[in-house]
Amino acid sequence: MTLDFSTLLPYTDELVMGLLVTVMITVAATLLGIAAACALVWFKLNGATPLRVMIQTYIELLRNTPFIVQLFFIFFGLPALGVTLAAWQAALIAMTLNLAAYSTEILRAGVEAIPRGQFEAARVLGLSRRQTWRHVVLVPAMRNIYPALTNQCIIVMLGSAVISQISVNDLTWVANFIASRNFRNFEAYLVVTLIYLALAVGMRQLFRLAGWYWLGGRQGRAL
Amino acid sequence: MTDFTLWDIVRNLLLAMRWTVALSLIAFAGGGLVGLALTVLRLSPAAWVRRLVALYIELFQGTPLLMQLFLAYFGVAALGVDISAWTAATIALVLFTSAFLCDIWHGCVRAIPVGQWQAARVLGLDRLRTLRHVVLPQALRIAIAPTVGFSVQVIKGTALASVIGFAELTRTGTMLNNATFQPFTIFAFVALGYFLLCYPLSLYARYLEKRLNVAGSR
Amino acid sequence: MSLVRVDALHKSFGNNEVLKGIDLSIEAGEVVSIIGRSGSGKSTLLRCLNQLESHDSGVIEINGRTLDATTMTPARLSEEVGMVFQNFNLFPHKTVGENVMLAPMVVRGERERDAARRARKELERVGLAEKFDAWPEQLSGGQQQRVAIARALALSPRVLLCDEITSALDPELVGDVLRVLEQLASEGMTLILVTHEMGFARDVGNRVVFMHQGRIHEQGDAKTLLSEPQTPELQQFISAVL
Repeated sequence: MTLDFSTLLPYTDELVMGLLVTVMITVAATLLGIAAACALVWFKLNGATPLRVMIQTYIELLRNTPFIVQLFFIFFGLPALGVTLAAWQAALIAMTLNLAAYSTEILRAGVEAIPRGQFEAARVLGLSRRQTWRHVVLVPAMRNIYPALTNQCIIVMLGSAVISQISVNDLTWVANFIASRNFRNFEAYLVVTLIYLALAVGMRQLFRLAGWYWLGGRQGRAL
Repeated sequence: MTDFTLWDIVRNLLLAMRWTVALSLIAFAGGGLVGLALTVLRLSPAAWVRRLVALYIELFQGTPLLMQLFLAYFGVAALGVDISAWTAATIALVLFTSAFLCDIWHGCVRAIPVGQWQAARVLGLDRLRTLRHVVLPQALRIAIAPTVGFSVQVIKGTALASVIGFAELTRTGTMLNNATFQPFTIFAFVALGYFLLCYPLSLYARYLEKRLNVAGSR
Repeated sequence: MSLVRVDALHKSFGNNEVLKGIDLSIEAGEVVSIIGRSGSGKSTLLRCLNQLESHDSGVIEINGRTLDATTMTPARLSEEVGMVFQNFNLFPHKTVGENVMLAPMVVRGERERDAARRARKELERVGLAEKFDAWPEQLSGGQQQRVAIARALALSPRVLLCDEITSALDPELVGDVLRVLEQLASEGMTLILVTHEMGFARDVGNRVVFMHQGRIHEQGDAKTLLSEPQTPELQQFISAVL
């Protein structure tokens, strides 16, 4: 076997476009997913019982089925109910729902790791539930779970390779495209795999810096 | 197109589920063996060995499983060896599983306090005996829950073998959909199939974790 | 010939020189208490004696054999030196009896029956014969520490090193552990202790070694040294701890 990477050069533009699609959809899903998780975890810990059960069911369903099946269900299955989505919309929804399910569990663990004394201290100081949440719980909980949460975002980015299967023009789709044109399958997939690796490493560094900056201080260094 | 009754769909999916189960079992068993070897290697006194194992883990944890499948499939084919989707999926999933299990197990070994190593050492146990009699038995106890938990990831990972054409549950669902155009029903059933495999394992992992926390260190 | 001989021992952690040339010799049957502020190097000295820390330069001889990592396996070393830790370090997945039996069986290849008989004897010696089948977590700190002593004794070491073995105990449990040590001393066991128990050092110990800034600052007969410290540093230390 001889490897010939020069055959990839004519496809630089496609690769860059694919990279952009992967990055953009990951960023969007991360922001939406974590925002959704923050809301879900609040309702899960403070909401009425039926609501809690619904949220838990959603989490278990998402966590115990493969992402690719979730994606197919949303993209192929929902139009049968009259909901027609563009491929990228279906992909974004699937990624968001997936990340939200995992992040809710991670956040819950973070909140439950806050010592009881913190809640009691807030209460005797006269803080309302919402104020306690906002001023006492949120930041320490974030610090507790920051590594797990950011790791989950990276997992979602890597998992997004699957959205090529519903023809979103992401990095993996570009790899398939190149392979179908020049038949240098292995080189195309190897290069794209390394791009993913660089993305994962880059995201981790970025999260580390961001954690330093936002969560800062003594605990920030412990990250 | 109307030849397919609901029962036909379910029956075909159930049959395909056997392949999902088989692939999961092989990936988990093979990945467990390779992962155990890697865990021991990662405890080696030689820094370069440890670094090599860490790099292996980084490679598999930092790239998409789908790409790993493609590389196994087309990489081996590029060597001139004819490879079936089944073999490629097995190779990729075993390696993928081994990297994650090694990472989990290494974390469990690291969770054993350094005092245990020292106590064994002053009692005259060498490195391997310390591992065998003192560290690994304790690490094993805390490793069970996350290991069972990870088996869920393996089962879900096998769904990606559908992309390189291995006819397991997801692939069969796609093929049935092409024949019947009932995507909502079919993918709901496919999802249900995975859920039935995964959810009990998730519950069991959670139960084990809770029991471990209650039982303390013994 | 001394049982333990330390000559010009040096040890650094990075740029921090913790032991700056230690000379020490200890005879068989002596009970030596090493005292000093935290950071004075006393624990490091103790840990060098059984190679939990390797020294940078200097010589350590135990029973006439030079300690160095390449020739002394843990198994060989365990015939000479036993150690008890501040935090007990019992194996939580093994019963009390199994804790004591492990090394004789695994390292010495003793049969289970012999190891069990020996373990019962050593547990009796520390007053815990009835705890043979208990789990470590079911015992109080003082009991755990006595099991740790029995575990060390089961290998018949010539020297027993004790690294602040009462520091993690509730005050009311300290006495039980010290009584065991006192009994060992009366049986002629060589003991080297890093300790804060000045009363024990004075009443049971033969010799006190005061360490200060990585050196042996002052040493001598236990009673004399503690009642008439010669250097201002030791005077200050004694008035601070008493």
